[in-house]
Amino acid sequence: MSVRRVMGTEVEYGISVQGQPLANPMVASSQVVNAYASATLKARRARWDFEEESPLRDARGFDMSRQVADPSQLTDEDLGLANVILTNGARLYVDHAHPEYSTPEVTTPLDVVRFDKAGEQVMLDAARLALQLPSNPAIVLYKNNTDNKGASYGAHENYLMRRSTPFADIVRHLTPFFVSRQVFTGAGRVGLGQDGRQHGFQISQRADFFEVEVGLETTLKRPIINTRDEPHADPEKYRRLHVIIGDANLSEISTYLKVGTTALVLSMIEDRFISRDLTVDGPVAALRAVSHDPGLSQTLTLTDGRTITGIQLQLEYLDLAKKYVEDRFGSDADPQTVDVLARWESVLDRLERDPMLCASELDWVAKFKLLQQYRERDGLDWDDAKLHLIDLQYADIRPEKGLYHRLVRAGRIERLLDDDVVEAAMHDPPVDTRAYFRGRCLEKYPAQVAAASWDSVIFDLPGRESLQRIPTIDPLRGTKAHVGALLDASQTAEELFQRLTH
Amino acid sequence: MAQEQKQPKRSSEEVEEVEAAPETDVAERKESLDNDVDDILDEIDDVLESNAEDFVKSFIQKGGE
Repeated sequence: MSVRRVMGTEVEYGISVQGQPLANPMVASSQVVNAYASATLKARRARWDFEEESPLRDARGFDMSRQVADPSQLTDEDLGLANVILTNGARLYVDHAHPEYSTPEVTTPLDVVRFDKAGEQVMLDAARLALQLPSNPAIVLYKNNTDNKGASYGAHENYLMRRSTPFADIVRHLTPFFVSRQVFTGAGRVGLGQDGRQHGFQISQRADFFEVEVGLETTLKRPIINTRDEPHADPEKYRRLHVIIGDANLSEISTYLKVGTTALVLSMIEDRFISRDLTVDGPVAALRAVSHDPGLSQTLTLTDGRTITGIQLQLEYLDLAKKYVEDRFGSDADPQTVDVLARWESVLDRLERDPMLCASELDWVAKFKLLQQYRERDGLDWDDAKLHLIDLQYADIRPEKGLYHRLVRAGRIERLLDDDVVEAAMHDPPVDTRAYFRGRCLEKYPAQVAAASWDSVIFDLPGRESLQRIPTIDPLRGTKAHVGALLDASQTAEELFQRLTH
Repeated sequence: MAQEQKQPKRSSEEVEEVEAAPETDVAERKESLDNDVDDILDEIDDVLESNAEDFVKSFIQKGGE
């Protein structure tokens, strides 16, 4: 493989209710999700199919009255259910105390960007719709990862991998990559330490929240390599690598490079192409050290005795990846693989000369540059509240208030996609994964889809006693090529079901 | 004839312009960069939340994931 792989992201958004710092974030998150669901869903709301957790029968009878009710009237138990599947195949739901959006499964880095950005627009619409609820809460959402007071929330990536790849190989080769990739994936942060008590700027939002090298946890003792193993696909053939170390990126290029380079490294691991041992001594401490040095001169010690910078460590992976792509594909490499390699090289080269040369591409550099300009003009120290405010407001997803958006509008941050493309991705699913089948079913037969999940769509068909579950265990089936004509030809869900099962 | 007299004059003006260009350019570019910086900071000043300290203090999240 190359940069192409079944993958996706899931982002928890920071949430606040204007003028009510003590507002219950679970209630506010439910208001956001429910407002979007009520305004956009055509008929019944398909439930998420927690196949293993609840009996199928429970999937029936989630009635309409609940979704139009103000969530503050619902009990805590019901609040946990705010959870919808969108016609683009994505999932919008409440996770703990944050609204969360999971992209549909896609196969290219640019599609990750497209559906990740569509998620921002869904969240923006959702917050605006929530304002129309009876209690009209003014909810503002932030695509960031910490409140700088000790709390962190995630922006996870998922990559489908071959089950046959030994997990030890993944740990060995991916850990040094994760320690150093933040030099271009970081979103930037004002404050050092989990509670931000020390003053200064660092590259990553998340680095200070990682405490161990490998583990299952995501909320305590966060590991650099997460071992959650829930493939949502044939477990004999696949594992899903759940990556929790990344920052939530606003910059399209940061997201593109984050996912594209990681996918390439995973391909090299699967094909056992990495012959060098790039193991870093004390990766948890190294992760923080790299993050805490926006000058990018901090060195790491490898177990082979070399001391190199984070950029130099990335250059090792880049060198391997270029050889790998040349070796496997030569001039037949697909355009996105070629583009990811070229951008990766260009960004590392410029970061090494002067990080500021990447201010129009990478989140942390764009933020750092802005902060430095304020420090210079107003003579501010890193403990100044204004700098902390700029850090937070960079991630405000409202185009009129968010500083990322202001920089884009002023032509200071480059984009990869047009607004129209992102807007369409809020509604239309990707065509080359099972998300196509899921999304089209929800769009075309909303009244008959009782529930759905990554690996199933469940129909409630008129005249049938039991619910009918269509498994979608293979992420690369249910594509437009497989079922597009079938969906086009089926006027009703019953017709579709007949055609699928006969 | 009048044209012939003008011709060299014009070209010498051009030469002078070309020679003068780099210096002015650098100065202008520096000035325009400074203006750019000021412009963007002014623009951002306009949208920044008004009480930075209160705002930052009240941004309290629960952990997630």
